[in-house]
Amino acid sequence: MLAETAREPDATSGARGSQTHAQSASPVTVALRLLNFGPLLILAILIVVISLLTPNFLKPVNIGNILAQTAVIAIVALGQQLVILTRGIDLSVGANLALATVIGGLTYRVTDSGALVILAMLASGTLVGFINGAVFVFGRLPHPFIITLATLSICKGLALELAINHTTMRGMPEAVTLLGETSPLGVPNSFFVVLGVALLVFVLTKSMVWGRWVYAVGGNPKAAVEMGIPVKWVLVSTYAIAGLCAGIGAVVLSGRTAATSPLYGNLLELDTIAAVIIGGASFLGGRGHLGHALVGAVMIGVIRNALNLLNVDVFYQMIAIGLIIVLAVEADVLRNHLEARARASQAARTQ
Amino acid sequence: MSGVPVLSVRDGHKRFGAVHALKGVSLDAWRGEVLALLGDNGAGKSTLVRCISGVHALDEGEIRLDGEIAAISTPSLARRAGIETVYQDLALFDNLTPAQNFYCGRELSFPSWLPLGLRFVSNRAMDREAASVIDRLKVKLPKFDAPVALMSGGQRQAIAVARATVFARKLVILDEPTAALGVRESRKVLDLVRQLRDEGNAVILITHNMEHVIELADRAVVLRQGRKVGELKPDRGNQHELVSLIVGAEA
Ligand SMILES: Nc1ncnc2c1ncn2[C@@H]1O[C@H](COP(=O)(O)OP(=O)(O)OP(=O)(O)O)[C@@H](O)[C@H]1O
Ligand SMILES: [Mg+2]
Repeated sequence: MLAETAREPDATSGARGSQTHAQSASPVTVALRLLNFGPLLILAILIVVISLLTPNFLKPVNIGNILAQTAVIAIVALGQQLVILTRGIDLSVGANLALATVIGGLTYRVTDSGALVILAMLASGTLVGFINGAVFVFGRLPHPFIITLATLSICKGLALELAINHTTMRGMPEAVTLLGETSPLGVPNSFFVVLGVALLVFVLTKSMVWGRWVYAVGGNPKAAVEMGIPVKWVLVSTYAIAGLCAGIGAVVLSGRTAATSPLYGNLLELDTIAAVIIGGASFLGGRGHLGHALVGAVMIGVIRNALNLLNVDVFYQMIAIGLIIVLAVEADVLRNHLEARARASQAARTQ
Repeated sequence: MSGVPVLSVRDGHKRFGAVHALKGVSLDAWRGEVLALLGDNGAGKSTLVRCISGVHALDEGEIRLDGEIAAISTPSLARRAGIETVYQDLALFDNLTPAQNFYCGRELSFPSWLPLGLRFVSNRAMDREAASVIDRLKVKLPKFDAPVALMSGGQRQAIAVARATVFARKLVILDEPTAALGVRESRKVLDLVRQLRDEGNAVILITHNMEHVIELADRAVVLRQGRKVGELKPDRGNQHELVSLIVGAEA
């Protein structure tokens, strides 16, 4: 704040000269626009380059594979995106998903009802998310990092303890395995789940007051309190929805594999955080939309798939994704720098 | 001035741990009057404001609105009671547009039988209303649909003041609204303050600018180290006395 206002007099004194160029785009705004489309651009370039390298990449079967493999990351990343919008982070999504599948697997042992199995997984995911949010907010923690790290550990331990023989359990009701199948349109059914979740998140964030508040809380938490927004409940509900997304991810994953396992969801927190950041959302809060999570998830899916097709070692995949995260975060820093510059010149123009 | 004051604070105390920020402050604000709240840095002005607008609760003492004990334990209750505040840090959302900033926390929305958070936003109505207000107040903005982050210090201040003026119904508190503003922009804000008063609001104005105080304020209350140390009607003649009250040297 102080820095901004301090810069202002300079901006006004330099104003007169640039007045004639008032409406033409400056290099700064062009660069900003490029940065905003950067992830999509990079994805397009990636796809072109990879398809030149391996002709198998664009085959319908492989695209179906990518979609199926990306579905879980995309769904859980949509929830992660909401949390990151509020300046938070949810490290527990992977373990949450694992626990949810185990709960689903156990439910299947006592009932054949697909609906009940699905409901159990969704409820388990949502409950863990709710606990994350409630402890963070009402326990007055300075940052959600610690509590979600704690629930990561707890969920993982619970999932291992609860799972029969502490390992993967085979079998899922038909209603769930259906999600692993390919629709007559050629795309996996899980793709439609992604669409559904995306639509839901879209309505929540763009059309509902709740979504506006999520952006407000992320943009300026102190002001959100001063403007009378129920910040605590916005945060708790955000974490609960992120948990619900992990639960939906659990349904999709156990559908694809027809199994449930405490080992599922390993490093999913990394993948989803990476997806959101690579996709172009900001860690600084209040900036980003669901497109970022989706583009980022597809990018991760495409990179993994390409490296697989090219027979690159799994370890290098991890390194590659790590490097891309660094690039994405730097792009975020650059964007904030450019915005500060744009602010100065905007101020100049309107004087 | 007759009847009851719009706002009356009685013997207000506020502590932050070891810091005793308000030590028994009392003040009244009346409709159609500009009350200047003066004091050096750290005197407790913003703390008092934040107690009145529901951000903090007084540890002791009471706040009455129109003579009634007021339950303003949260900012939204204070706003609903007709108290509008321009906070010292402006309380703007950099990532939202001016219109979204205007209505944040009380969005125009539907259907009205749902709790506010679960309603759908009426973006077009909010854009239209906000645009007409900004227009009426002659605030120049580069782009109406750009986030506030891209605007200058003066424009941001104008947005924050404009937001409070739209919703003003009873009491408007402005915490250093002309800090960081040039002469011309300050003028505009002072004109707004005058307009708010003429519309029958009680206005509490915090500023370090004595010229503004003498020009606008009907009454001045001076705080020093959390205590009220004086109250007078500011004019050219007692400007010196006012300054001594603020800094603590005997006149
Ligand atoms: N949230 C808080 N926690 C702890 N101490 C606080 C808090 N808010 C204010 N204080 C302390 O209370 C005292 C009064 O601060 P306040 O911000 O009300 O002063 P002020 O009169 O508004 O000063 P300025 O002119 O600099 O804005 C200061 O000593 C300050 O450090
Ligand atoms: Mg202050």
